[in-house]
Amino acid sequence: MDLSLNPFSSGTRLRDMIRAIRASKTAAEERAVVRRECAAIRAAISDNDQDYRHRNMAKLMFIHMLGYPTHFGQMECLKLIAASGFPEKRIGYLGLTLLLDERQEVLMLVTNSLKQDLNHSNQFIVGLALCALGNICSAEMARDLAPEVERLLQTRDPNTKKKAALCSIRIVRKVPDLAENFMGSAASLLKEKHHGVLISVVQLCTELCKASREALEYLRKHSVEGLVRILRDVSNSSYAPEYDIAGITDPFLHIRVLRLMRTLGQGDADCSEHVNDILAQVATKTESNKNAGNAILYECVETIMGIEATSGLRVLAINILGRFLSNRDNNIRYVALNMLMKAMAVDTLAVQRHRVTILECVKDADVSIRKRALELVYLLVNDTNVKPLTKELVDYLEVSDDDFKEDLTAKICSIVEKFSQDKLWYLDQMFKVLTLTGNFVKDDVWHALIVLISNAPELQGYSVRSLYKALQASGTQESLVRVAVWCIGEYGEMLVNNISMLDVEEPITVTESEAVDALELALKRYSVDVTTRAMCLVALLKLSSRFPQTSKRIQAIVVQNKGNTVLELQQRSIEFNSIIQRHQSIKSSLLERMPVLDEASYLLKRAASSQATVSLTKSAPSAASGGSLKVPNGAVKPPPAPLADLLDLSSDDAPVTTSAPSTAPNDFLQDLLGIGLIDTSTAGGAPSASTDILMDLLSIGSYPVQNGPLATSNISSPGQAVTKHAPGTPQVIDLLDGLSPSTPLPDVNAAYPSITAFQSATLKMTFNFKKQPGKPQETTMHASFTNLTSVTLTNFMFQAAVPKFIQLRLDPASSSTLPASGNGSITQSLSVTNNQHGQKPLAMRIRISYKVNGEERLEQGQISNFPAGL
Amino acid sequence: MIRFILLQNRQGKTRLAKYYVPLEDSEKHKVEYEVHRLVVNRDPKFTNFVEFRTHKVIYRRYAGLFFSICVDITDNELVYLECIHLFVEILDHFFSNVCELDLVFNFHKVYLILDEFILAGELQETSKKIGLRRPQSSVVYNTSTSSTSSWSRAKKCPGLHACRVSVLVRQRRPSSAQISCITAS
Repeated sequence: MDLSLNPFSSGTRLRDMIRAIRASKTAAEERAVVRRECAAIRAAISDNDQDYRHRNMAKLMFIHMLGYPTHFGQMECLKLIAASGFPEKRIGYLGLTLLLDERQEVLMLVTNSLKQDLNHSNQFIVGLALCALGNICSAEMARDLAPEVERLLQTRDPNTKKKAALCSIRIVRKVPDLAENFMGSAASLLKEKHHGVLISVVQLCTELCKASREALEYLRKHSVEGLVRILRDVSNSSYAPEYDIAGITDPFLHIRVLRLMRTLGQGDADCSEHVNDILAQVATKTESNKNAGNAILYECVETIMGIEATSGLRVLAINILGRFLSNRDNNIRYVALNMLMKAMAVDTLAVQRHRVTILECVKDADVSIRKRALELVYLLVNDTNVKPLTKELVDYLEVSDDDFKEDLTAKICSIVEKFSQDKLWYLDQMFKVLTLTGNFVKDDVWHALIVLISNAPELQGYSVRSLYKALQASGTQESLVRVAVWCIGEYGEMLVNNISMLDVEEPITVTESEAVDALELALKRYSVDVTTRAMCLVALLKLSSRFPQTSKRIQAIVVQNKGNTVLELQQRSIEFNSIIQRHQSIKSSLLERMPVLDEASYLLKRAASSQATVSLTKSAPSAASGGSLKVPNGAVKPPPAPLADLLDLSSDDAPVTTSAPSTAPNDFLQDLLGIGLIDTSTAGGAPSASTDILMDLLSIGSYPVQNGPLATSNISSPGQAVTKHAPGTPQVIDLLDGLSPSTPLPDVNAAYPSITAFQSATLKMTFNFKKQPGKPQETTMHASFTNLTSVTLTNFMFQAAVPKFIQLRLDPASSSTLPASGNGSITQSLSVTNNQHGQKPLAMRIRISYKVNGEERLEQGQISNFPAGL
Repeated sequence: MIRFILLQNRQGKTRLAKYYVPLEDSEKHKVEYEVHRLVVNRDPKFTNFVEFRTHKVIYRRYAGLFFSICVDITDNELVYLECIHLFVEILDHFFSNVCELDLVFNFHKVYLILDEFILAGELQETSKKIGLRRPQSSVVYNTSTSSTSSWSRAKKCPGLHACRVSVLVRQRRPSSAQISCITAS
């Protein structure tokens, strides 16, 4: 009897609802159907309808899949789970895993039902509970239910066993401390015969090794022989239709075992020796004409590369990769490229042999292959092959698709910079790249180029002439225009008079007015951005002193911008006009060529900025506006000209705020040209105080110095990044006398001294405490992390756990990258509420995960040295 | 570890979405949209792998359906390709000649099968027999205990089988395993 056909029953069947939704012709119609159904379900929920509860839940799941809100059904899941029948439970658990996830508080209520079901006599119900636990287990549930899962690992039913093993994976991921509880049973389960159990247990072992050092050592002792036996059995077994895939018995099990062997053998000679033979057997015997076989070979090669394998085995592995690389199947080529990248560390020469093939892959039609190949090429470049490789890449730049150009350009620039022993070659390559894809060149790259040109007096003439030619040929590439404009402004006379010709150059004739033409064209080009236009104006001003005859014309061009809607351009236009008109006497000394930019300090700065993800905004010039040149560290060489002094200042102090890291960090070239318009306007909403130094120097433009909410700080030595204040910290260290509205803050933390909460070989963590008056339970802590090693830590993540009587809230960290050798820190604030204040002290467990050179690390500890009274 | 599994048709409608990491609903929709855009326009000759944010997506197309698995960057791509195929084979056996509409109307059963196949982001069962037997026995168990349920396998309407994922013969090149054609209903 089907009750749903009863005309007196409420609602429709699931099938009918799906049909109705599918039959809707418009989105509005669909919404109407869903609304109607949701209303019916809500009514049923409020009537506490028993009969249709599971059907309503199924409907809700479908509605959820369509993307409509279904939170009102969450409690129904719990009721279904608490019911006694299997169908109700099944749909309830399904709903639980689909409609909820581990972060919802409702989940707390389900722990008890789960516990009961895990102890149920019916294996299907136990299976359901394990399934749900594996999908949505939170750290809290993991702690509560781990004993049940441990017990289920020992049951006789293989289906329960394998599910329990996978649940344990989830539990260990959530609470790594529990790893030791599982390692004994995991190692003993490796003796099983059932493939499902084996594959689950092997995966569990891999996870245990990741979570705990102790488990790794234990498994190294107790599981290696078992693994070798499993792999031998499965690879020697005769045809088994149940597990057969393309003639290979259970490739999935193969691969999981190989992976575990890699984890165990890494850095352990004994283990590696044990598995050498079986790896050689798998590597030679596996057939490579099917995807499944290749998958095994691929994993096997990775394992050989990962462990302390014999040299013969490594040669075998490299040969397999060579075979992969020449395969016609794109998938296989992709994994070969992937693997060769890892092989670089083992055997560079062998990889170099495949250079030509890899270079071909850079030009593949498939973006996945191209990306892999490009990264590999980048690793392959060395002093001897850099020139032909770069030539190939630059040639390819012309024909590649637009979306790939960005990656390719970045890589070429990086290669060229890394191997720039020959300056002329470097310049040539950079000019080519700028001409072809100047729009994709990053700011710091062309800044570095300008620094280099400024430091190479013998090549300045060549550069300005090449850039002029390039500008004539393609004036649409933003970075090219900027570099060219800057060079013409600085070295205009070299362009006109063919000064310091190189042998390879052909002389060109450019008149003074043609040079001005080029700048005017760049200035007036459609869709040019403000920064470039500002640079054009500065260049024109400079030319007006280099070429006195064109002065009148330049003035006319400059004046055209005096009504510009962009404040910066308008200001420049008016000020420059007045320089040309009224300040003839100081003009020539004012517009002298820029002093040589300090290459070393620029490089240092660049390195620091690429490490620190906090971006630096350009409030430095504001410090110069009053004319009192206070160099904070006092360690500046005597500057040759007043202009240079300003330059040094702006390059030496680097105030920081936490703002969007996408803004170009601390490019002092922009600072000194006062062209940081775009960047500052996007920098985290802080009022931009980008003042033009040139103008300040002349005291013409009185630009208001804002030091309101801009949280600036001072850096003690150049290139040393960066002490950091959270935005809104009213701690403004103003570089100017008499302008600072802030007084030093009274030390609010006096009652609670800061502590070094955690220290290991790599990391130091300190806590500062703050309490709101009148709320003794609540404490705000500022954690700051310092890196003690010389390697940058990435993917940095800090987690903390507290006992139940304490509530903890973690704010996002300031960054996920921790620069090396204490060059900066990550800060994160925690709010802690101690509900048993005065009775129990604070206690906290912490866990810090990060990556060193791509390798994941984990550190944990307990903090018990909190000051009393928290 | 598997981050999520998606089944989408060519129009980008999600037929099944299983997440093994917690994501906000809005984030899920964004992910589904992005993954669909990534895979739908790729040439059949291309690799079956696309990099997606900091992970990678292994996908495979069967008729008008895309099966996408998002895994860690260090995972073995080729074996997940086999996983997808094994899953499709199991579906095909279960629904005897599966089509997209089977998955729509029996979405709960598909989830059930998936839960028997993958758990906690890891592979659970590699045997085709067991992979099939468990969900079936589970469905049978269900119908025998509940008479009011409409969950038992209903007789299929002949009209529903307009588009089939159809015969899953193992082919030499996996990426060319676009199986059978779609005849518009």
